[in-house]
Amino acid sequence: MSLKLNLHTQSNVPLEMSCINPDAIQHLSQSGVERLEIIHGNDTAHLGDFFSVKGKGQETIHIEGDCAAIKYIGAGMSNGKVVVDGNVGMHLGCGMTGGQIIVNGNAGDWVGPEMSGGRIVINGNAGHMVGAAYRGHSAGVQGGEIFIHGNAKNEVGSAMRRGLIAIGGNAGDFTGVNLLAGSVIVLGEMGIRAGAGMKRGTIVSFSDTEVLPTFEFACTYHPVFLRFYLMHLRKNGFQIDDRFVNGRYDRWSGDSIELNRGELLIFKR
Amino acid sequence: MKINKTEIVDTFAEAFEMWGSRVIITADSMGWARAAALSMTGFATSVIRCKCEAAIECEIAREDTPDGRFGISVLLFTMSKSNMSARLVDRIGQCVMTCPTTACYNGLATDDVVPVGGRLRYFGDGYQISKQVEGRRLWRIPVMEGEFVVDESFGVQPAVGGGNLLIFGTNRSTTLRASLAAAEAMKEIAGVFLPFPQGVVRSGSKVGSKYKGLIASTNDAYCPTLRAFAPKTKIPDGIEAVYEIVVDGLDEECVAEAMRRGMHTAAEKGATLISAGNYGGDLGKYHFHLHKILNG
Repeated sequence: MSLKLNLHTQSNVPLEMSCINPDAIQHLSQSGVERLEIIHGNDTAHLGDFFSVKGKGQETIHIEGDCAAIKYIGAGMSNGKVVVDGNVGMHLGCGMTGGQIIVNGNAGDWVGPEMSGGRIVINGNAGHMVGAAYRGHSAGVQGGEIFIHGNAKNEVGSAMRRGLIAIGGNAGDFTGVNLLAGSVIVLGEMGIRAGAGMKRGTIVSFSDTEVLPTFEFACTYHPVFLRFYLMHLRKNGFQIDDRFVNGRYDRWSGDSIELNRGELLIFKR
Repeated sequence: MKINKTEIVDTFAEAFEMWGSRVIITADSMGWARAAALSMTGFATSVIRCKCEAAIECEIAREDTPDGRFGISVLLFTMSKSNMSARLVDRIGQCVMTCPTTACYNGLATDDVVPVGGRLRYFGDGYQISKQVEGRRLWRIPVMEGEFVVDESFGVQPAVGGGNLLIFGTNRSTTLRASLAAAEAMKEIAGVFLPFPQGVVRSGSKVGSKYKGLIASTNDAYCPTLRAFAPKTKIPDGIEAVYEIVVDGLDEECVAEAMRRGMHTAAEKGATLISAGNYGGDLGKYHFHLHKILNG
């Protein structure tokens, strides 16, 4: 039996609930969970003020309700699973090192910022800054996987150093901006200025995209490693046509204002 | 004991502890995957002079390979774990990386691993790229048609080398036909391979030699031409040829099952007598008693 949290009261101001985290909850009794302290606007409150709690702390936390105003769900978690049936707010899985978060709804901005392990799956759309570095920080995602089955907004994977981000729909502008390494795969369309300032790493697009003038065309080829990634994504519920697996890709190297060792792979139609 | 008219000698095959690895080679076509696999497993019949033993294990369906392309599984065994990395790096580097369209993946999920792509990557001269997915690290090494992709590490596990059968017959063609059929049947067992050409050996060896420096020499006891004067001849009346089938496997069970199938097939195809080679039981850890295998 998993621990079930049912949202019974919507807050007028955002809530910060980094305590919704298997590491923090799994050894607590039901009443212990209800007494967990959360941040309510500029004040503190208890989790039980907003959620009804059923079951005992287990490895899986099941949340029901529209949590679009709740921030930091699963922040810092290292194991277990959080499943949300509804929308979630900003900073989902911030800094997580392991475990899995599944959202059956939409997510706000800053999904999985600076995570270093585990997996986040959004079965809806996500906001800006998916898997990004916080402003002023040098590196974003350092490991793990973020799968967005819908669309994502601007700056997906900003300053990412390692790991995989896959967007099933479209991504906004500046996808992979300042990328240090790692892989960003967009199955739909990307906005402008993809890979601006990237040093290393891989950005893949299934659609034509405008390439910055600081990128140089290398060749059109069959990237074998990409088959490995695409089959991995298929196993995780992404619909990927065979022509993308077997097809050729234009390889652009950039960004020449940086190391010029990054790559933009664009499916050749 | 007999299978139909074929006599099964009450003896055992003596086999040794080795270290095994499984290499999955993929390519755009089965032809290229096979070309790489054949090249990689060339000159790998015996550790005595080849430093390793290797052969193709099986073809792999596209849906079962890591990158969804045509695949071939190769098994490669060495006498020590420390020797494995060098053998894999040599053979993958020279025979697979050089072969058009191929990629190379680890096929054993074990805790023990040895570096392979992690060493081959230096061929990339600084242009190599590492990728991590599904818990494995891949290396992308730029080559003149694109990239060669190889796993960072390959799993290794203790294995069994030197299981064997000796197939005796009344003439060369019948004995060879029976041996070849037995070898084909044995190759079908998952986890085993027959390192010699088509799985059949005509130059079985004994330990040592009258000449200094030779660690192995012809097995005079089984040479029909020496029957008249070899001191320990084991060629019965009416036998004109003996072939050996050497079988290596990832564990004892698969080697025993391959030997069981081999004996039944050889008997069915006209072998007169089936025996096995051993060194008195003192050298090898594994003893495969023929009667025990047949009795299940």
